[in-house]
Amino acid sequence: MKITLDHLTKKFPNRNKKQGGFVTAVDDFCFEIPDGKLIGLLGPSGCGKSTALNLISGLETPTEGRIFFDDEDVTDISPEDRGIGLVFQSYALYPHLTVLQNIMFPLGNLRGANKLSKEQMRARAEEAARLVQIDTLLERRPNELSGGQQQRVAIARALVKTPRVLLLDEPLSNLDARLRLQTREEIRRIQRETGVTTVFVTHDQEEAMSISDLIVVMKDGSVRQIDKPQNVYDDPKSLFVAKFLGTPAVNVFVGSVKRGKVFIGDDEVMKTECAENMQVYVAVRPEGFIPDVNGGLRCKLKGVEVMGRDTSIISEHYAFEGASIRAVVNSEDAPDRDSGEIRFSLKPNKVYLFDRKTEERVYFSTGDE
Amino acid sequence: MKNKGFKAWLYLLPSILFLGAFMLYPMADVLIYSFEEGYNSASQTYFGTGFYNYEYVLHDPYFIQALKNTFLLVIITVPLSTGFALLISLALSSVKKVRGMFQTVYFLPYVTNTLAVGLVFMILFKRTAYSEGLVNMLITAFGGEGVDFIDGPYWAKMFVLCFYTIWIVLPFKILILTSALASVDETYYKAARIDGTPKWRVFTRITLPMISPMIFYLVITGFIGAFKAYSDSVALFGTDLNAAGMNTIVGYIYDMLYGDSGGYPSYASAAAIILFIIVLTITVINLLISRKKVHY
Repeated sequence: MKITLDHLTKKFPNRNKKQGGFVTAVDDFCFEIPDGKLIGLLGPSGCGKSTALNLISGLETPTEGRIFFDDEDVTDISPEDRGIGLVFQSYALYPHLTVLQNIMFPLGNLRGANKLSKEQMRARAEEAARLVQIDTLLERRPNELSGGQQQRVAIARALVKTPRVLLLDEPLSNLDARLRLQTREEIRRIQRETGVTTVFVTHDQEEAMSISDLIVVMKDGSVRQIDKPQNVYDDPKSLFVAKFLGTPAVNVFVGSVKRGKVFIGDDEVMKTECAENMQVYVAVRPEGFIPDVNGGLRCKLKGVEVMGRDTSIISEHYAFEGASIRAVVNSEDAPDRDSGEIRFSLKPNKVYLFDRKTEERVYFSTGDE
Repeated sequence: MKNKGFKAWLYLLPSILFLGAFMLYPMADVLIYSFEEGYNSASQTYFGTGFYNYEYVLHDPYFIQALKNTFLLVIITVPLSTGFALLISLALSSVKKVRGMFQTVYFLPYVTNTLAVGLVFMILFKRTAYSEGLVNMLITAFGGEGVDFIDGPYWAKMFVLCFYTIWIVLPFKILILTSALASVDETYYKAARIDGTPKWRVFTRITLPMISPMIFYLVITGFIGAFKAYSDSVALFGTDLNAAGMNTIVGYIYDMLYGDSGGYPSYASAAAIILFIIVLTITVINLLISRKKVHY
């Protein structure tokens, strides 16, 4: 099932009635979710990603725009007729029903030609339970299950009606760190096995990077970038996207382009064929620093953290936006802790320039290739 | 360790003294009186011990009448008032705009004096030399035949008593149930909506089980409250309840102690113990049923 969002907009009336006006939660969404893929809606909290999910589910109706499932316009179709499965952040398992009864619940609503017998319902529920590997827990109640198990029950309940689209709202946020890793693999596996088009919402970039086929990065209700996870990381279109993805975060310096050279403060760090002289932000991924005695970027060394495989170099620079620069290098290249100053040269493909005013990406080439 | 135990008891002492003096001692005393034949509180004497008091009370036509009235009251008012309260709270939770006003209106009887409400009921139902009573006027206006609700046939009096009791207990139940309904997590309803659950099924399979602990609480307290009914009857039919045939068990106990025929603490004690046994039995049955039906 391909999902197409066509100029989708959702405005809520302002909470503060005296101020009047509207808050735009989802602003002119225009993109396509390909069939059978796992899509992550990623953004900081309050960016409208849950609203977007609710619009797709039909729990919210859009102010403007249309939603298509394949070629069918579902904008005015109620949630139950859209053929979706939705997993809530809190799971919303009925506490008074057993796992089996919970999973069977959606089937009990089928009427008319689709009506199932008790045996058929049970068989379908058991099948869904097997898929998420909880078939040994069918007689338990939700409060007798761990968080991860509850999550699986919720997914089984969403899948039991064989929906065309599976929607997950912050599926991992209620789990502890170890379960989170395990469950996200599990979601990936279930999605692959069923081949159902899946949209999930998260504020955790690592989560989105690790399992999605496609990431939609959002901020303030608008889409900032849609691409494969690696592309979003390697080729951010704006300063926000560059900052939001990657741990440790990208290092942002105040800099400028003058006479075909990139400056960070007064340090000349790179050549560029970007002809215009302009004020820019220079963003450098932690892995983009090379310790180099002749390097252009001169920083005050503050500390060295050895993590085994790699080493973090913590340093300071007067043109840096934030507390301290974090560079990740191979442990062999680790500098002497007491040397006081450290100089870096930069890997051009790990350096992004952004216009100081618009914060949009400024593409450049070093002219070396 | 020993010292610690001593301290614990010391801290408990005030409440133990208080409960002992004002609860345990009177209860034990009532139990003892109930077995002492013809106890006289002035001379502190009695004729003998045995089951005579119980035998007398259980054969007293006034007590039988009181027992019958109380049981009828319980069986009619508890389910009806709980049901009405549920309907009204469901309606209240589905209106948005004037909910506050409705909530106030429904809560008014709770803060109104029982006897004041009784007075209003008099105006509604009582036949006097000057007026037929509002309800009778309505009945006759629609071509029916008026009934004397206060001094007339038994069923009419019972109807007024039940009506009155339900009216009095309704606000508290509505209050409890509206807050119970409001505390059901919204996402359960969203989940049900996604699954296309019909309204009736949402109510029976989600809402009702979710608020079942509160319903159960209301049923138990409702039973206990209705068994202890007295003031309602007095408000409607005056203090001579035996004559009106509308006495309740608690009314009978009061009459035995202080009424015109008063001065029989032994009979009163026996009746009190019988009431206690009835309430205890009903509550235990309720608890047993709830174990099967109420979740969490």
